[in-house]
Amino acid sequence: MSSENSLANKNHATATPIMQIDNIVKEFSGVRVLHKVTIDIFPGEVLGILGENGAGKSTLLKILCGIYQKTSGSISFAGNKVEIDGPASAKALGISMIPQEFNLINTLNVFENIFLGSERSQGILLDKKAMRVKTLQLLEELQTQLDPDALISTLSVAQKQMVEIAKALVSDVRVLIMDEPTTVLTAHEVKILFALVERLKARGVTLVFISHKLKEVKQLCDRLVILRDGYLISVDDVSDIDEQDMARKMVGRELNQIYPPKISCAAETVLKVSNLNIKGLLQDINFKLHKGEILGFAGLIGAGRTETAEALMGLREVDSCSVQVKGRDVAIKSVADAVDCKMAYLSEDRQGKGLVMNFDIVKNISLISLAKYVKRLIQGKLETQQAQHYVDLFDIKAASINSELINLSGGNQQKVYLAKWMDTEPEILILDEPTRGIDVNTKKEIYHFINAMTKKGMSVIVISSELDELIGLASRVLVMREGKIVGELQGDDINDQEIMYYAAGLKQDLTKSA
Amino acid sequence: MSIQTKILAPPPQSPFSKLARFPWGTYAPLIALLVLVIFSAIASEHFLIPRNLTNVLRQVSYTGIIALGMTFVIIAGGIDLSVGSMVALVGVLCVMLLNWFGDGWYAVAMAIAAAVAIGALLGALNGLIITRGKVASFIATLATMSILRSLTLYVSDAGEVVSENQLFPEIGGGYLLAIPIPVWVFGVLAIISHILLKHTAFGRHVCAVGCNATVASYSAIKVRWVYFMTFVIAGAMVGISSVMLSSRLNSVSPGDAGLFYELDAIAAVVIGGTALAGGRGTIFGTVIGVIILGIINNMLNLLGVSPYLQGTVKGLVILVAVLAQFKGDR
Repeated sequence: MSSENSLANKNHATATPIMQIDNIVKEFSGVRVLHKVTIDIFPGEVLGILGENGAGKSTLLKILCGIYQKTSGSISFAGNKVEIDGPASAKALGISMIPQEFNLINTLNVFENIFLGSERSQGILLDKKAMRVKTLQLLEELQTQLDPDALISTLSVAQKQMVEIAKALVSDVRVLIMDEPTTVLTAHEVKILFALVERLKARGVTLVFISHKLKEVKQLCDRLVILRDGYLISVDDVSDIDEQDMARKMVGRELNQIYPPKISCAAETVLKVSNLNIKGLLQDINFKLHKGEILGFAGLIGAGRTETAEALMGLREVDSCSVQVKGRDVAIKSVADAVDCKMAYLSEDRQGKGLVMNFDIVKNISLISLAKYVKRLIQGKLETQQAQHYVDLFDIKAASINSELINLSGGNQQKVYLAKWMDTEPEILILDEPTRGIDVNTKKEIYHFINAMTKKGMSVIVISSELDELIGLASRVLVMREGKIVGELQGDDINDQEIMYYAAGLKQDLTKSA
Repeated sequence: MSIQTKILAPPPQSPFSKLARFPWGTYAPLIALLVLVIFSAIASEHFLIPRNLTNVLRQVSYTGIIALGMTFVIIAGGIDLSVGSMVALVGVLCVMLLNWFGDGWYAVAMAIAAAVAIGALLGALNGLIITRGKVASFIATLATMSILRSLTLYVSDAGEVVSENQLFPEIGGGYLLAIPIPVWVFGVLAIISHILLKHTAFGRHVCAVGCNATVASYSAIKVRWVYFMTFVIAGAMVGISSVMLSSRLNSVSPGDAGLFYELDAIAAVVIGGTALAGGRGTIFGTVIGVIILGIINNMLNLLGVSPYLQGTVKGLVILVAVLAQFKGDR
């Protein structure tokens, strides 16, 4: 690791780091997720942190903000060793983080949110006037036009982000950490954010910036840290590294090792969706799914992909929708109807919507297909046998088949979730973020399983925010944006750039989607 | 600090580790019952007399039957505060119908059927308000608790309703193989409830809804129907309990009948290890909980403790039960 250390200091030999992260190790119940990571952060720079999901980026940053406690290693701030034992001590040092999911209170207005926890008061009463004045001053500095009295719930995502930044500035931030700030922004809003980053730099604020988007990182950052599987892979000046290098270092292996070879699908249409509308969410969704096909759904968060899936499964009220399954018109009003149509849906929210965490593996797997095991009463033996079949098939690792789901790792939970739906013998499988928060090995197993099932004639829809996953798996990708299908990609057109062009609204092709 | 870590480092490998892994939480109610029985047997020579034991069982069977229904409601994530008032209303209507039907076993059978049906109907009313009206079960049944009690007083003109049927008292007062009939009814209903909860799809769905209603709805379970049905079951159980109680006394007093039964039923369920937050619980535990409460009452009487203090003891037992549950969770 010493070589990286010297690399880190290359262009800053004279400057003193504002933060020194020295041999940080983090373990979760014995599993090491960060392996002796050493990084120096210099004042006034923009440091990018790149890595795949599960690479350890968020864990590292959560340690810096005091949300997690490091297992070993040390952190120095402005030359002094510090213990960041909670968000409060991070705040006291001037370290702030803008999370992906904003921490704003929707029912309060802009200035109340900005001063939340650090209210100004006169005697026992709040000094609203002072807070308003200071808010206006901050917003002006950020060159943002916002009414200090506007309710948060009325703001756009980009405006909320500005409020978060203002909130950080009010507490004299010195190091500002931004976790994927651009995923939720439109291209225009991204430009505004970039301009803001420049102004913050000019104020002497140090920025740490997590992103998946290589281009942005290249454009915005001074130096780049790349993490993979919890290890520090490299620290480079941004001018020394191109996007190919970044991708190679992030992934560390050839993509075709994880993804099975794509197979061609039959021409037969198994699912035809037309004229799906939900006011304010979805607008005129039309698409077809073919037998044995893996159809990808790309788009930014909130583009309407999950809503589309939930509407198809009868989980949402629709204003209009006509669905044909294998050429037959069907009306799906509930999940039970969808199950009857041999459709399955794995939600992105595994724990909140997918699995009963207090049930064991057996009961979770049979929850939907329970009728199969009932002859007057539930045949416990039969139920357990079938669950054991899935445990073997998916190589589900647990202390026992009667272990409660809460004791399983995320990857094994996902396998149980998959088994639960496979037990309904679906022909159409909709997977919403199927590998979120899952280690690389399990991902690979899931990809190969999906592939094997399509060979047997199952048709699959994969909704994913990981472009690699869509590129590696899908033979066709639909891109959604603001509740509409805006593009359809096939073959070599399925690549990062094309998908992002459509997702960000730089390209639009409504005719193709019909 | 490093020295401390070294001392603490080796995992506890004592013979007690097996003891620590024993699922204490599951058997805690049963162990508590055994301890209580042993203690009672030592403390009072009258306790183990068969007559006393059958009396205890008879006394607990009324709230016990209600607690069976309450178990379903609580596991599904709800609560039913109206059961006490419902006992009174169903009892009054049952006896009134009985008197209208006249004499003989036919009238008794009709009155019992009507009582169960009225109970189920009132439970369905609770269920409708809660699932269709989307009112929290606590609030909805708080309201019906008040409404049902007031209707009872109105229907009976606040006077005691006495049965004129000669055969009716046989139900609640009779014996079969030296065991009171209400105890038989309680036992049979407990077995049916256990099978319903543990070995049918409905029971599985009740647990799933109580654990996580969103997951249940995403798993093609008719969440509202399942939740609704738990209140219907609770109502039907109230109907049966009401028959037992009114036939035992051969009358119903509208102001007192079933008073605070909801608290006893909920207490029994909680003492039996069912989580008030829903999702997990057993009928077996509820039965144990019911008997524990009965024995405590009985012992306080036998030992001559002031009846005014009985509530205090009951309250303390509930607290201990809940605290023990929380410890088990950690």
